[in-house]
Amino acid sequence: MSAPLVDIRNVSHQFGQLPVLKNVSLAIDPGSYTILLGPSGSGKTTLLSILGGFVTPSEGKVFIRGADCTAVPPAKRPTTTVFQDYALFPHMSVGGNVGFGLRMQGVDGATRAAKARDALALVGLAAAFDKKPHQLSGGQRQRVALARALVIEPAVLLLDEPLGALDLKLRRQMQDELKAIQKRVGTAFVHVTHDQEEAMALADHCVVMNDGRIEDEGPPERVYARPKTRFSATFMGESTILAGTVTGAENGIVTASTAVGPISLPGASPAGATVALAIRPEHLVLTEAQGNVALGAAEVGDVVFQGSFKRVLATSTLDPALQFIAKTSASATVQAGDTIAVSCNAQDIILLAD
Amino acid sequence: MRALVRLTAWLYAIAIYGFIFLPVVVLVLFSLQATSFPIPPFTGPSLRWYQAVLSDARLTSALVNSLLVAVLSSLASVTLGFLSAWGFARFVLPGSAFLRGLITLPLTVSYLIIGMGLLVLFNWAGVPKSLVAAGIGHVVINLPLCFAIIYSQMGDHQINIERAARDLGAAEWKVLLMITVPVMAPAIFAGFFLSMTFSWDEFVISFLLTRFETTLPVEIWNLLRSGLNPKTNAVGSLVFAVSIVLVVFFELTLLRRKPA
Repeated sequence: MSAPLVDIRNVSHQFGQLPVLKNVSLAIDPGSYTILLGPSGSGKTTLLSILGGFVTPSEGKVFIRGADCTAVPPAKRPTTTVFQDYALFPHMSVGGNVGFGLRMQGVDGATRAAKARDALALVGLAAAFDKKPHQLSGGQRQRVALARALVIEPAVLLLDEPLGALDLKLRRQMQDELKAIQKRVGTAFVHVTHDQEEAMALADHCVVMNDGRIEDEGPPERVYARPKTRFSATFMGESTILAGTVTGAENGIVTASTAVGPISLPGASPAGATVALAIRPEHLVLTEAQGNVALGAAEVGDVVFQGSFKRVLATSTLDPALQFIAKTSASATVQAGDTIAVSCNAQDIILLAD
Repeated sequence: MRALVRLTAWLYAIAIYGFIFLPVVVLVLFSLQATSFPIPPFTGPSLRWYQAVLSDARLTSALVNSLLVAVLSSLASVTLGFLSAWGFARFVLPGSAFLRGLITLPLTVSYLIIGMGLLVLFNWAGVPKSLVAAGIGHVVINLPLCFAIIYSQMGDHQINIERAARDLGAAEWKVLLMITVPVMAPAIFAGFFLSMTFSWDEFVISFLLTRFETTLPVEIWNLLRSGLNPKTNAVGSLVFAVSIVLVVFFELTLLRRKPA
């Protein structure tokens, strides 16, 4: 492994009395696409601002390319930011906007224009060079902001909810383009979002944040399939959560007593520990006992048709507090009011310390 | 009945506008008088009094003085007003609301009080009566105005634009000159033209703070002491014309600004 491009060490920050980041450490690899995912108030935007130099953390250090950048102002650090509202300069042409960073570096006009044109071509806006920002659509402004930030070849590009202001269709389209552009330029991207679909689609490295802490981080496939905490099991995709107490553990098999009876699954946990068992919607089986772990009967409360699948919400008949969230095929005949048998396979259950 | 209401409304409007504009119309009309007294009957039109004004060295030099004082004091007002607005809008200052109130307070104080205060202060400090002293007085009355106009237009949506410039490597003074000033240009021009208008026909402060070289309104007052004649009408019309031009510029710059 090469040395991390960005190394955030034990960073804490508070606004007045309010702690927003609590001892956060994070390494970002060169050329990676990192997503900071979390609900509002989780500290993800503050962490991005600390990376960009707009906020100096109360404690901890930030190293970029091995240099201590903790208190270096934005102008002097090798990062650029794509702001949520794009923050284009309204009085300058698109070309002037994109060339601004180079102008600040003292690059001559001709080189500047050539590089700005290249950057605009990269984001598919070669024809907009002489236009003014107010003549462009939201998606186009977004691309100009991206080109403006990329043209000065930063070590890290920071994106603050870049797709938040776009409508859903455009968001998914820009999402694919962002990924393609990132692969082409090879710059490390750090992208803040609260949209878990966006996170799964874009990230090489997904960082789930909650309440000023990193809950979980890793490749999105791993974070989804084997979340480390209850929060990340419910925030990164949905889960049915079964509360339980460990009654026995041996030979890599844990047995827990739950509201729907004892459940045995692979894992390790000390006897007597309270645990949460998380099951992804697509792993719940609603037809007659096909999985090897029976979860009892449940009454269907709601069925939502979502095109390629149906989302089923059902309440356990054994414990009214237990809500099953399941995904079933679009052709399934299940209806609200039906009583169904719910089951799953032991290896699909995620064991979480509670 | 409805016709009657409409007629009354029209008469009312005519009376109101007549009340406001009749003095000006009379002033301008009798500035075109051909004979020596600005009283009916109208004997013009003739430009002889305008010729007299423009060949009067005292009046023309007062006109140049007025222009100089207006332009320079407005530049100073708008620069200081802009910087203080930027400071209040972008930084967390202790007692910010109180200080903002304090900076706009001179708007509520009469020009006479400000002029007298400056007169006493300059006397004490040994600053002689001059155009510079009058110019400083005009900055005192116009700075709060420029501050209020520019501050009201300096919204939060520009903060990220300034941040973006800083992020791309711009030093603080470049952010101000290349980003904030151009983005705020409509408010800055509006402040400048409104200051010009007020400075241009300001009398009390100039009267108190100038002596040998003076501004046009003071010179007109000197002229009036020797009685009314169409020359005073002519010079008054000129002052009015310049004011109109400045107000038009002010309205154009303020109205032309794009909705945020």
